[in-house]
Amino acid sequence: MTVLAPAAERSDERLAPRSLTRRLIGRPELGAVVGAAAVFVFFSVVADSFLQASSLGTVLYASSTIGIMAVPVALLMIGGEFDLSAGVMVTSSALISSMFSYQMTANTWVGVGVSLLVTLAFGAFNGLMLVRTKLPSFIITLGTFLMLTGLNLGLTKLISGTVSTKSIGDMQGFPTARDVFASHWTIGSVDLQVTILWWIGLVAVATWVLLRTRVGNWIFAAGGNPDAARAVGVPVAGTKVGLYMAVAFCAWISGQHLLFSFDVVQSGEGVGNEFLYIIAAVIGGCLMTGGYGSAIGSAVGAFIFGMTSKGIVYAQWNPDWFKFFLGAMLLLATLLNAWVRRRAEART
Amino acid sequence: MTDTTISGGEAATVPGPRTPLVALTDVAKSYGSVRALHGVSLDVHAGEITCVLGDNGAGKSTLIKIIAGLHPHDAGTYAVEGEEVRHASPREALDRGIATVYQDLAVVPLMPVWRNFFLGSEPTKGRGPLRRLDVAAMRATTHQALLRMGIDLRDVDQPIGTLSGGERQCVAIARAVHFGAKVLVLDEPTAALGVKQSGVVLKYVAAARDAGLGVVLITHNPHHAYLVGDRFVLLKRGAMSGSHLKEDITLDELTREMAGGSELDELTHELSRTPAATDPAAAADPETTA
Repeated sequence: MTVLAPAAERSDERLAPRSLTRRLIGRPELGAVVGAAAVFVFFSVVADSFLQASSLGTVLYASSTIGIMAVPVALLMIGGEFDLSAGVMVTSSALISSMFSYQMTANTWVGVGVSLLVTLAFGAFNGLMLVRTKLPSFIITLGTFLMLTGLNLGLTKLISGTVSTKSIGDMQGFPTARDVFASHWTIGSVDLQVTILWWIGLVAVATWVLLRTRVGNWIFAAGGNPDAARAVGVPVAGTKVGLYMAVAFCAWISGQHLLFSFDVVQSGEGVGNEFLYIIAAVIGGCLMTGGYGSAIGSAVGAFIFGMTSKGIVYAQWNPDWFKFFLGAMLLLATLLNAWVRRRAEART
Repeated sequence: MTDTTISGGEAATVPGPRTPLVALTDVAKSYGSVRALHGVSLDVHAGEITCVLGDNGAGKSTLIKIIAGLHPHDAGTYAVEGEEVRHASPREALDRGIATVYQDLAVVPLMPVWRNFFLGSEPTKGRGPLRRLDVAAMRATTHQALLRMGIDLRDVDQPIGTLSGGERQCVAIARAVHFGAKVLVLDEPTAALGVKQSGVVLKYVAAARDAGLGVVLITHNPHHAYLVGDRFVLLKRGAMSGSHLKEDITLDELTREMAGGSELDELTHELSRTPAATDPAAAADPETTA
């Protein structure tokens, strides 16, 4: 009787109540959170100024610039695809906005709007090419990456005569646009950039979409098993095009931040950043093959990136070492994730 | 017991006035110059199981893709409840009540059972930007729908990839029944399963039939087919080689016809022992014999 009584209270006697640790291990973000804690402790010990409040703002800012892009890149990865053009698309978006306003002597907001439309068109192009040609996304976005890199340099030189755009700091609408995309405010001794708000907002929206909407279900299915998804009526092609446009939308936000914080844009920037976004998403628990991952994980991944890039400076090391640390972190995080996932799936 | 009632009614109604749920007449399909399927006809009635039997490459997969709406047919007619149709996508077939359960691509392995159960037809609550999945209802419904089919799942939150092959098939069948499918198309549901698991799956197939669905069971196992089937359509090299009602054929005849009749005789002859000849050959070149 004593054995039977507790069994009857549970909904199903074969299902042991899952402990909190057990449930945590099932989360995709766990590996990243453990990694983030380790990195935090490490730099707290080796760099004296790392724990100062003012450092927090700097670390969060560095994290947010990567994090804003890591969110849609993570969603795209869960949907089973890559976007190698994400890094230069940020620069393209900033260039379009700046040059359109300057050349047309229009209000900066007009340039911002035109930039949004054109950048979304880039995303739609990536997505439509993918679903129409059925070529690997690696090839297609590598193509757009190279084309955009060339266009950025070529068109900027053609129009401005130099490799950077003209300053638009004195143009109409610039102050309000800067408030939206590149303002900052101070709380105590902490200087906080507006990008941090954008970042938190995007993570929240993406998490909501992923876990609580039909589209989220479709994203997981499109990455996990596209044939099965299509067979049960999921619009797989539409979902993927939408994901590429989400990447483009965030590239637009990042691009506008770039423009309005410096008021000139260097046309050669952005190359290589696409890997930072992918690294943040993978460290955050996204599976390279799709169908698994989270937006919060990508945020933790971006935070690890921010802590490492600034921690090295606070520790007064040569920043050349940064890439080495990033690479080691990526390997460690991926191994940890793989181990955690095996543990999670091995439950009986 | 269901068999007797159905075959009793069948004798009176074939080729009776009752409109079949799905009727294919002389359907053909080519991929480029390859004639994958030609001259195939079959009927599916409510509360009955139509078995499609054939060897590898007989055209079973092509037939299933036509019924499921993945590929349109090139010739012949495809009628759903008497109305001729041409499906442009699986979604259209689904909307007409034709649900297909595929052998290998039935589910998304890393997603929880309840998300898989509702994939493509997720219920939502709330409006505008707050429109969201009704998660609690989805979990509860999944558990109940599976329970009604006799599947008592431990945990609807586990990734469906952790279920056994038979359990996954059963979840897919329960999903089709829950979403009000009128016709259930099953692609080799017992192919990769052991004897016991196959029995369990066939039990759910029979349960779906008893719930009033028309079932198309694709298989290459005549024993499984004969256990539950009411009609048998045999495919061979893309063409229909036979079409029988259960009362017109015995298991032995079905097995024999499935294995290719005269071809089987030939094979029996070839495989029969001629002691003097086989022994040295086997010893000399075991790999060719294997």
